[in-house]
Amino acid sequence: MANKVYEDAASALDGLLFDGMTIVSGGFGLCGIPENSIAAIRAAGVKNLTVVSNNAGVDGFGLGVLLETRQVKKMISSYVGENKEFERQYLNGELELEFCPQGTLAERMRAGGAGIPGFYTRTGVGTLVAEGKEHKEFDGDTFILERGIVGDLAIVKAWKADRFGNLVFRKTARNFNPMAATAGKVTVAEVEEIVEDGALDPDLIHTPSVFVQRVFVGQFEKRIEQLTVRKREAA
Amino acid sequence: MPWTRDEMAARAARELKDGFYVNLGIGMPTLVANHAGDLDITLQSENGMLGMGPFPWEGEADADLINAGKQTVTELPRTSYFSSADSFAMIRGGHMDLSILGAMEVAENGDLANWMVPGKMVKGMGGAMDLVAGTPRIVVLMEHVDKAGRPKFIPQCTLPLTGRNVVDVVITDLAVFERPDRKGSPFRLVETAPGVTADEVKAKTSANFVY
Repeated sequence: MANKVYEDAASALDGLLFDGMTIVSGGFGLCGIPENSIAAIRAAGVKNLTVVSNNAGVDGFGLGVLLETRQVKKMISSYVGENKEFERQYLNGELELEFCPQGTLAERMRAGGAGIPGFYTRTGVGTLVAEGKEHKEFDGDTFILERGIVGDLAIVKAWKADRFGNLVFRKTARNFNPMAATAGKVTVAEVEEIVEDGALDPDLIHTPSVFVQRVFVGQFEKRIEQLTVRKREAA
Repeated sequence: MPWTRDEMAARAARELKDGFYVNLGIGMPTLVANHAGDLDITLQSENGMLGMGPFPWEGEADADLINAGKQTVTELPRTSYFSSADSFAMIRGGHMDLSILGAMEVAENGDLANWMVPGKMVKGMGGAMDLVAGTPRIVVLMEHVDKAGRPKFIPQCTLPLTGRNVVDVVITDLAVFERPDRKGSPFRLVETAPGVTADEVKAKTSANFVY
């Protein structure tokens, strides 16, 4: 059978990267982001990228590292608040930004991955988001047309995979990853562990193997953006 | 005397009903969870979690377990995790019971502005537009006036909208306003903070309301 397992991010992304491409990324904040693929894309130096991701990372981590090197031409995101370099480039007109409501973004990836070129939603009606979009009435309510997204490449982060490319995510690190995995012409998954055949319960697989073309085991920093804890009472 | 932030959160908690599935916005709305008392409430976090627990004990934070404010949290026996598409199917499909959100402006027709100030760096709407478009009951929790002393409950929003005709209840540090439907009924002043008169509320509010 075709081998989907690669040594590392550089080999998994080999031959897939080109200037001007659209990359769909999983992750929410810094949680469940494909940090190894992001580093490899930085090292490869491809430019004029359109990146579809809910967030844009922070300075020096996550997608923020591709902003530092000016590799990103345009971001499609719902929230970009945690990144000074992003702000600087955006205010200087060096970076394009398309704001997309979070649920609409998830659905645009899901739809793109499912072969659905557009869908109607109530989200954003009467706001800046609706400007220039087709409006349509259904059952007395107004909806706007949003487009599905398909990227040249999708990069996702999962917890476990098998060599066939079946993926299992962990806790809230799942977030956008399952939709992103469907929305790439090619999908590269980085995981914490590739397990033996049959070790993943077929009933509990989140992303079936058909959506994943390449998989590798990454090294993860898993940075925490807002560490919030309760202090234990002294005994 | 105006309500404190904690008292405002306690008042907002009275909008909760037993068995509710609730999404709490970032900031003051998160305080509402501390006042749910004996009510059985399931908190949704739109990054992909139902049944959000409290912050972890020191040393037990898990980078894979955060809420929509990117804070580390914990799970409960009822917890489920899911993708962003499923999360927003709950929200956009009208399956949530209630959302409590902050606001920069609320208009007398129920319009809400809480995501963008033109000329300032725009951080994005996150899930706010989805929440107001899909949730059947929206409670706003905000200061009555802004830092310059100007009313925030006003005849018409001046800032870009998050949603049109979406707010059902407005809770401020001075008063509570509520409207019975989203079909043109005006907001009614239903409660004031202790010692605050309706006339004082009227003087600090430019929106039209009944009482």
